[in-house]
Amino acid sequence: MPGKPAPTIAVRTRKLGRRALSATIGLALLTGIGSGWPWFGPVQAQGSDKIVVAGGVITEVLYALGLRDRIVGVDSTSQFPPEALKDKPNIGYVRALSAEGVLSLKPSLIMLIDGAGPPDAVSLLIESGVRIARIADGLTPEGVATKIAAIGAAVGAAKPAAGLAAQTTARFGELAGLRAKLPAKKRVLFVLSLQSGRALVGGRNSSADAIITLAGGTNVASDIEGYKPMTDEAIIAAAPDLVLMMRNSSAHNTTPDELFALPSFSQTPAAAGKRLVHMDGLYLLGFGPRTPFAARDLMAAIYPEVTIPQLKTASTP
Amino acid sequence: MAAASLSGLIAGRRRIGLLVLAGLALGCLLLAIVAIGQGAIAIAPGRVTEILWARLANDTPLLEGRDALVVLNIRLPRVLLGLLVGAGLAVSGALMQGLFRNPLADPGLVGVSAGAGLAAAATIVLGDRFLTGTLMKLPFAVLPFGAFCGGLISTLALYLIATRGGRTSVATMLLAGVALGALSGALTGLLAFVSDDKQLRDLTFWSLGSLGGASWSKLSAVAPIILPLLLTMPLLARGLNGLMLGEAEAYHLGIPVQRIKALAILLVALAVGASVASAGLIGFVGIVVPHLIRLSVGPDHRLLLPLSALGGAILLVAADIAARLIVAPAELPIGIVTAAIGAPFFLWLLLRRAGGSLDV
Repeated sequence: MPGKPAPTIAVRTRKLGRRALSATIGLALLTGIGSGWPWFGPVQAQGSDKIVVAGGVITEVLYALGLRDRIVGVDSTSQFPPEALKDKPNIGYVRALSAEGVLSLKPSLIMLIDGAGPPDAVSLLIESGVRIARIADGLTPEGVATKIAAIGAAVGAAKPAAGLAAQTTARFGELAGLRAKLPAKKRVLFVLSLQSGRALVGGRNSSADAIITLAGGTNVASDIEGYKPMTDEAIIAAAPDLVLMMRNSSAHNTTPDELFALPSFSQTPAAAGKRLVHMDGLYLLGFGPRTPFAARDLMAAIYPEVTIPQLKTASTP
Repeated sequence: MAAASLSGLIAGRRRIGLLVLAGLALGCLLLAIVAIGQGAIAIAPGRVTEILWARLANDTPLLEGRDALVVLNIRLPRVLLGLLVGAGLAVSGALMQGLFRNPLADPGLVGVSAGAGLAAAATIVLGDRFLTGTLMKLPFAVLPFGAFCGGLISTLALYLIATRGGRTSVATMLLAGVALGALSGALTGLLAFVSDDKQLRDLTFWSLGSLGGASWSKLSAVAPIILPLLLTMPLLARGLNGLMLGEAEAYHLGIPVQRIKALAILLVALAVGASVASAGLIGFVGIVVPHLIRLSVGPDHRLLLPLSALGGAILLVAADIAARLIVAPAELPIGIVTAAIGAPFFLWLLLRRAGGSLDV
């Protein structure tokens, strides 16, 4: 989330029993002095680490760092690269983890994104003594870079991760340059779902809001907090120039004809040009190394009349 | 139904009942053993017994390592929690159906589930805003406690509404329960509306129930609340049998009607509140298990209550085995599984009976 303090990795080692705990803390203090951190110094992972990941963006970064062989399990949000979910056991949805399920994969490191849970499954995992790395989420360019660095530090790949983070930051910089050249800002509405004509839209402090801003658009639903239903009148009043939706890989995608046949959407400027854009959900809202590209592609979709060049630092992600 | 034919019916069914009781108790025990042996992590049965024995004998070297952690800190408390919550919910259902003399009554009707659900939703959604400092570090101690208190408060409110001049009207309580349930449901909906994406998902998963995250500390908080209900059953059975004749008749038979009502409602509120607090909303068990039992052994509460306890425990532990094995290493919400296992069985039992009557 924007405005949050810099993400930290708390890599903790904890054994059962209080004596063991105090001994561990003592040991951590000793080693901590050496590494310049008080208690929770980033523990360098061994090359043989077996990692279970809960959080799609972590999987994405680990694959980008070439560490796929160390991953022994991923959660159901790990949809990029697509082979991750095919090759690795699925530990379920990131907020509904099973402690025993995770441990059954015999991990030596468990990586959890912000919001992974439920909390008591997490506390059982902590109790198991397996190393845990918590990764803070971030919806800003700085947040993404910090996230990548934190993931790298947790798996002992700080150097390549720093490279990837710097590359991503450079791409965000380039994106900012593109953004500066845009004409008057266009108005964008992100629709998460359309249940019997009722639109669930992305308001402020949502990942949709963050990506629209990065792409140089104005989120017309910014009066709403998070993902909420929006009334028909409010949609008309918001007057979006473009409607953005996630592409649904398996099922039916809303067509422009269907969307703009709805009374609420038929009255918007977007209806005139039937401006409905579908983008892959994780690419669009994942906030990982691919985000600058996603923002560029979205920018190209919002401003078709402007030639938006590909990002130069684009060795394909 | 006249008293004479009722006791005749009870005498005729007692033998079948005792057989079923012994069978269910044995089944429950076997199932618990299977449940401790099964899970995402494959542990040989010999190793499981070894670890359990080592725990009893306090043989510490054997208690180190992952297998011991899984058996002793994840599976054992989980199975015990399943047994307790399943038994608690089913007995609560049987008590409510007996008390209200209504086969559709379930623990939810006295407002516990709705109140607990509302309090839990409030903790999930508003917790981040109002809990600060040390409280923030214990979000999962706050949620069960909040849910438990919510359940108790709404039950107490209902009891006060329905009690006039020392007499509790079960009809008023039933109707007021519907009203309070609707109100709690609406307020929970309001909280869902103001919640953010993350809170909404937490809320959804919580409301489907799960035995995941069972721990000894959770168990030690829940057991002292559910056990009294299970231990008091025999004392309530005779009174509930009398109530089947009608309140006035029961009163003239010398049954302390008001005391039984108050005690049953209090125990149900405590037990269901503790269940909801520790495992989320698990529907179906409380309403259907007592029916299943009644269909097979008849309405005598002396059998109905203990058999419901065993039946509920079996259903929940069986459902939990399925929940954690079907999609392992992930886990299904248990509410989905209890309905998937219990509902077809229940329908089959109904259809097998001519007319499918549900009369108490």
